[in-house]
Amino acid sequence: MELKSKDLLGIKELSKEEIALILDQTKSFKEISTRTIKKVPALRGRTIINLFLEPSTRTRTSFELAAKRLSADVVNISGTTSAVAKGESLKDTAKTLEAMNADLVIIRHSASGAPHFLAKLLRCGVVNAGDGTHEHPTQALLDLFTINEKFNRLEGVKVAIIGDIAHSRVARSNILALNKMGASVILVGPPTLIPPEIEEMGCEISYDLDSVLPEADVVYALRIQLERQKESLFPSLREYTTLFGMNKRRAELLRKDSLIMHPGPMNRGIEITAEVADLPQSVVTNQVENGVAVRMALLYLLIGGGEVV
Amino acid sequence: MSKVLIKGGRVINPLNRVDDIRDVLIENGRIKKVDKGISVSADKVINADNLIVCPGLIDIHVHLREPGREDEETVETGTRAAVKGGFTTVACMPNTEPVADSAAVIEYIKEKARSNALARVLPIGALTKELKGEELSPMNELIEAGVIAFSNDGESVMDAEVMRRALEYSKMFDVPVIVHAEDKQLSVNGQINEGLYSTVLGLKGIPAAAEEVIIARDLILAKMTGAKIHFAHVSTRGSVELIRRAKEEGINVTCEVTPHHLTLTDAMIESYDSNYKVNPPLRSEIDVLALREGLKNGTIDAIASDHAPHALHEKEREFQFAPFGVIGLETTLPLVLTELVEARELSLLSLVEKLTINPAKILGLDLGTLSEGSAADITIIDNKAKVKVDINNFQSKSKNSPFHGWVLNGKVSCLIANGKVVVEDGNSIIPCKEGV
Repeated sequence: MELKSKDLLGIKELSKEEIALILDQTKSFKEISTRTIKKVPALRGRTIINLFLEPSTRTRTSFELAAKRLSADVVNISGTTSAVAKGESLKDTAKTLEAMNADLVIIRHSASGAPHFLAKLLRCGVVNAGDGTHEHPTQALLDLFTINEKFNRLEGVKVAIIGDIAHSRVARSNILALNKMGASVILVGPPTLIPPEIEEMGCEISYDLDSVLPEADVVYALRIQLERQKESLFPSLREYTTLFGMNKRRAELLRKDSLIMHPGPMNRGIEITAEVADLPQSVVTNQVENGVAVRMALLYLLIGGGEVV
Repeated sequence: MSKVLIKGGRVINPLNRVDDIRDVLIENGRIKKVDKGISVSADKVINADNLIVCPGLIDIHVHLREPGREDEETVETGTRAAVKGGFTTVACMPNTEPVADSAAVIEYIKEKARSNALARVLPIGALTKELKGEELSPMNELIEAGVIAFSNDGESVMDAEVMRRALEYSKMFDVPVIVHAEDKQLSVNGQINEGLYSTVLGLKGIPAAAEEVIIARDLILAKMTGAKIHFAHVSTRGSVELIRRAKEEGINVTCEVTPHHLTLTDAMIESYDSNYKVNPPLRSEIDVLALREGLKNGTIDAIASDHAPHALHEKEREFQFAPFGVIGLETTLPLVLTELVEARELSLLSLVEKLTINPAKILGLDLGTLSEGSAADITIIDNKAKVKVDINNFQSKSKNSPFHGWVLNGKVSCLIANGKVVVEDGNSIIPCKEGV
């Protein structure tokens, strides 16, 4: 089996079988990162461009490591150092990259739909590394892998996603991915941070975190951004933390085998306290580790030879 | 003494509810006679067998972009697009560069129209200086220069006191104030209709309330001041309902709808194609049904294109960075013929009414009719002809249409503007040196 598209634009475009294929492939690649020599020749001679037009440390590094561990050549382009900063349009940037015969362009962009725009212009593949408030498909894939690693299943797993759903591409990709794999999702946050009609994407909504926690297999805290306060979306970080922060008392409402997740970077003391972030149930560092393996699997399936390593 | 005789067409004249086979005789730029079997020796005879003969269409909402953005459209190219699409009259919005808030700019547009236009061009003056919504524009100066209405266009007046005074002051001139209803705070950074699709696509929503709040406010102000108010491009079920109730109450209000709001929904934006990016945004299926119902029951008076040309390089961008607007002069007629008349939602007579006499009444114009003695503005339509929309065949300078590739019924076969045959045999547009 192969992936159907040359691109990974979002979880929306993936079938359940394709997701399962990526997760399966991830298992075999995860081991490579634990070796002393962390490199296999699977993508030798391939050129991958990391086009990061919005600041990012972990996702860019994760993609870069994934590509390098597969022996691909990686070029990083960032918003501040590229011609984009001089006013070049995304169309011209895309045409330029194509002329350099890249095999894959990985794009992070502040505008929702930018990868879709790029994919229509390019013959080579495009991977969405986060577009605006739309999708962040590789984050959802690494989250699925992490959950599956702990529970050995996704079917029937109950995931509570907490916080700023409205501005979260991580939440959207996870809602889609978890639904496709048979897990259930409940969103928790103030009504101002829950976007309209999101129930139709396949989730429930609650404004009461304490009542959700005893039932949850996974608690997924999202990063809250201070500037949302200025948009009148909530009165203060203090009030937000009181209502929706994961603290010790709330962690004790969880079952012992439940997981605590966060896409990073964490605001310790705001959406999650330091002591909760460092609990054994917290798998935040596993998420980061799995991120490299998932991206290796994805790059390999998109531009590798096709035969399973 | 030039005489043109249009023979054997299905004449539709909504003013006197005529829908019958008639001949139309034009003499010296005026309609001389509409009757059965006129036999007279004419300089030119147009055979209109199996064709529809109706008053020249009037589009009360277009952007001609001159002065300022002649790379996107000009009075000449905009009116070429107009006549190709069946319109003999267009009213152009004041959001030019500079803004049409002085006699000088209005004179400039009228001069361009005199020398280059193929259709009548009626300028709409700015309601406030520079469209800033702060100070009233020199309305008397603009009226004397020839504007037929006032509008703040896309720059909704957010200060209710300014709006109240603008409505009050406009009463002296007996012209409508045209309102683009949008609460700029509720729509801040908005890209598409707020709902399931704004959520799924991660694009900031523009709630229906952003339109309805201003419509409600301005209906109350219109009632208070007694001014004439016209709402541009209503797009939501709630807006239609507010206006229906206001009309029942006797408030002096009219409104228009665009062909794109009647035929497209926000579900179509899934590809992030910026040709679906318009303001007000494409709404939901429920809204489309309510707009169609509003047309049928008379709440919505007119159909207008909101023809908004944009340069390709500005539209060909990330969705949220692209400007709002689509062009419509060359697709409006076939779209509504196909989607409303062919689909049996609206009679041909009602449709023609909403494209001719009703827009004329809204602007207080002595046009939109085939009455004897009126100006010979006539559109002859082959409503059976199938046409595939192709942006490369547009007369407009711009190509930002979401209807590229659509197969529609209806084509302008012939168009007479102010007695002059401007379009003949469907395609050939006769160059018209001295304008219309």
